[in-house]
Amino acid sequence: MTVPALQLDGLRKSFGKTEIIRGIDLSISAGERHAVIGPNGAGKSTLFNLITGRFPQTSGTIRLHGHDLKGLAPFEINRMGLSRSFQITNIFPKMSVFENVRCSLLWSQGYKYSFWNMVSRSRELTEGAMEILDQINLTSRAELPAGVLSYAEQRALEIGITIAGGADVIMLDEPTAGMSHSETDYIVELIRKVTEDKTLVMVEHDMGVVFGLADRISVLVYGEIIATGRPEDVRGDPKVQEAYLGAALEAEH
Amino acid sequence: MTQTAQERAHVSAPASGITLSRLMPWIIAILFLLIMPILFGSNSAITIMNQMMITIVFALAYNMLLGQGGMLSFGHAVYMGVGGFMCMHIIRMVEKYGIPLPLPVLPLFGGLFGLGLAMIIGSFSTRKAGTVFAMISLGIGELIAACSVIIVVFFGGEEGISGDRTYGLPFFGIEFLQQKEVYYLLAFWTVLSTILMYLFSRTPVGRMANAVRDNPERAEFLGYSARWVRYFSFCASGFFAGIAGGMFAINYEILTGEQLSLIQSGAILLITFLGGVGLFFGPIIGAIVFTLLQTVLSLQTEIWQLYVGALFVAAVMFFPGGLAGVLMMHVPAIRLGKLHLLIVPYIRTLVPAVLCIIGVAVILEILFHVRHSAPGDNEMTLFWITFDSHNPVAWAIGAVLALGGFWLARMSAPDLRDAWHRANTLDGGAA
Amino acid sequence: MDLVVINLIDGLVTGLLLFLLSSGLTLIFSMMGVLNFAHASFYMLGAYFAYQISLYVGFWPGLIIAPVLVGVLGALVERYGLRRVHQYGHVPELIFTFGLALLIEEIVQFFWGKNIVPFEEPAALQFALFNIGGNAVPAYKVFMIFVAIAIFLGLLYVLTKTRVGMIIQAALSYPKTVEALGHNVPLIFMGVFGVGTALAGVAGVIAGPVLGTFPGMAFLLGSIVFVTIVIGGLGSLFGALVASLLIGWLTTFAATYNFEFASILTAFGMERPEDLSESYLRDLWVLTLPQIGPILPYLLMVLILVVRPYGLFGKRDA
Repeated sequence: MTVPALQLDGLRKSFGKTEIIRGIDLSISAGERHAVIGPNGAGKSTLFNLITGRFPQTSGTIRLHGHDLKGLAPFEINRMGLSRSFQITNIFPKMSVFENVRCSLLWSQGYKYSFWNMVSRSRELTEGAMEILDQINLTSRAELPAGVLSYAEQRALEIGITIAGGADVIMLDEPTAGMSHSETDYIVELIRKVTEDKTLVMVEHDMGVVFGLADRISVLVYGEIIATGRPEDVRGDPKVQEAYLGAALEAEH
Repeated sequence: MTQTAQERAHVSAPASGITLSRLMPWIIAILFLLIMPILFGSNSAITIMNQMMITIVFALAYNMLLGQGGMLSFGHAVYMGVGGFMCMHIIRMVEKYGIPLPLPVLPLFGGLFGLGLAMIIGSFSTRKAGTVFAMISLGIGELIAACSVIIVVFFGGEEGISGDRTYGLPFFGIEFLQQKEVYYLLAFWTVLSTILMYLFSRTPVGRMANAVRDNPERAEFLGYSARWVRYFSFCASGFFAGIAGGMFAINYEILTGEQLSLIQSGAILLITFLGGVGLFFGPIIGAIVFTLLQTVLSLQTEIWQLYVGALFVAAVMFFPGGLAGVLMMHVPAIRLGKLHLLIVPYIRTLVPAVLCIIGVAVILEILFHVRHSAPGDNEMTLFWITFDSHNPVAWAIGAVLALGGFWLARMSAPDLRDAWHRANTLDGGAA
Repeated sequence: MDLVVINLIDGLVTGLLLFLLSSGLTLIFSMMGVLNFAHASFYMLGAYFAYQISLYVGFWPGLIIAPVLVGVLGALVERYGLRRVHQYGHVPELIFTFGLALLIEEIVQFFWGKNIVPFEEPAALQFALFNIGGNAVPAYKVFMIFVAIAIFLGLLYVLTKTRVGMIIQAALSYPKTVEALGHNVPLIFMGVFGVGTALAGVAGVIAGPVLGTFPGMAFLLGSIVFVTIVIGGLGSLFGALVASLLIGWLTTFAATYNFEFASILTAFGMERPEDLSESYLRDLWVLTLPQIGPILPYLLMVLILVVRPYGLFGKRDA
């Protein structure tokens, strides 16, 4: 059996006395599109922050392609091929859109902390950045400061920055949060397009997006995964309906 | 915001390398530097220009931290000062032991020592940006400044250390006896440092400095350690500050503990900010304008620092982009070909505003004279007019100027705002 | 032994004085996230205002009026200056307060000149309260200690026992939530800034006669105050207290014990060179503890920051 792209074993996280993540075992194989859903406060964002090294875990292990991530800083994890987006748009607002994307290409193209290369002289960098801009439909916005883009465009840029580095595991935290229907459709198409042949882990509230995109779904409730499986199986699971979908449906009506 | 125009020019010609239009500002600047001593050959003019060039290099180095890296330092004079002190020691050793080291390469050593110090201090101070960095820089600055009175061997105590630049080997027959020779030497280092600092901002680590400034956390998720990016910027900034120190040593032939003090560090912050931190050339404008302002004002009035302080506070509050930011605000209007719309409203608002400022200055000067002149000495001269400072008419003129100017400027301000809006809007309504 | 007691008292005076400044600074910092570089300038204004008032009505009214004036001025600065700059971010805020510090120093020079002004302790307190081993302890010093402790207790009471104090404490950690609960957070900010600067004003009034009232007094003490709150941990009131006393005693003791570094060098088996002017270590041979006293706080800060980046009691990421 091949090594899973991401594997969590007995992952726990406490803030003070409160245990937010209460023992998660999860295995996501390479190339899979995996969605994590759950009610508010279930610990989804915390789970993301643990995997990407933003917070240290209390116990348990996280493995990326079989390598233990314990104690690594976010930038080290990123260099191992894991990239993430943020729930609250997290771009470089004062830099141009083009510059935003180009900066996210620098490390993967091997520039490191170079101060002897001129970024504008590298054809690969410029073309790579233009290619990404083309993928996220922001070519016409390339020269604008990222801070002035519309919300949906900023979300698209956020995804562009996330995928630019060529990471093979992409984690998206609520990519469609706060979007209108047409904007959501645009982002879903975009995600589908840019994550081809990659492993995708996403947190999402919009069930349409989840069932449209994901190969498998995990349901996280109070820090525990109560079900994992293919969308139709999860949808039919009575436990899930009780704990989450029911509540979500109620909230919608 | 102010960065966009620069970046825009950058995107429109990606990877195309060096073009004439991009080289033009540099060529003009270099020609300008070459002919300045011919136009203004007096010793005092050259003294001012030398001071300007040293300040330009230091301000640009400082802006590598503040503008490009988002790090506010209250102790950057230390790197320039230590670079300068080391250069002074080298000059003395050249004199004492006859080391064959030509004077023109001296700033490089200043830079290396600035770099060395920055590598040590930066290793712990760049761990955090923001307030913590600012406070550490302040503490280190005060620490080293205080050491200047304790470690007399190195800093020379109260009187500092001095040397003679002309004792070294002549450099192609030039002995640097004359101010003009020194001018061209400093001009060479100014141009070289400016080009290098500009190129640094175009390298991967220079670009990432901007990214870390805007959003350190996001930069970490792009594979870069925010701390290392800050460290590299810090070291580079220390290097160029050290070069400025070397230039200082050559020009003034003396360094004192004052060069390391918080006053110097604060001055460079003020200069850089007034010039504009958002643009590469902002600090250059700041250095030129401030040096001129200092020279002119300090000859005219005793309270010039009060005016500079007020100008600084006003700039932080109303023009956070500095002078360069104000200039760049007009680029959209120029692009639309509508700058002429602004000329008349500008005159109608700015002339009364200037009158208002003059009125306030008159009142301040009179008040200062009344409070601090010797008893019985009521005569003072202001704007080439001599009058009695206790005469109410003088006060009244100042008050009328101040209030009248203020009122007129206020009245015409809405017109200016309208004109500004029109000049920045495309014809046909759409913005 | 007597000298130790005297030093303990002197250090306590310095430490409490520092605390009057650092407590206000800490309150302002933890609430608004801005380190008020001009804080010591308000301390200076307190001294000068009290001096000006003392020329007309004597010392005592100034002890009340000057801090109130300083506090009002501080509140105005917050309302019309800082609030405007706040939108640009933390670094411009810090630059603004730095510019303000420069400007206030110039304004003080404008009105009162560059020299020290004759601001003296009230005649009623110009006597030695008691003697310890032949060293007189001036009544004014004891008075300073009492004023500082009274203000500290008052602050403690307001912060922990009153409704306003509860709101302030809550706003320290969760300003947005407090605002959502219907409290006027901008007004609280203005109030805290005013009170913080007024505390600095009090410190200025009582310190002016002892430490001297001159335009450089703000920057002289200001840097030490920043060092204090960095050592204590930015945003920690308790840390500010500990660090203030620590620095107070450290500098006082260092200033009195004429310890020579030559003795260390001798202990390492080095011999004092005949001709010191030729030795590269000559500064070490003549160095004494009082000489390095003033830089000890900075050294301490660097050491602490290398070991504990958040200071002694700091938790929050600044």
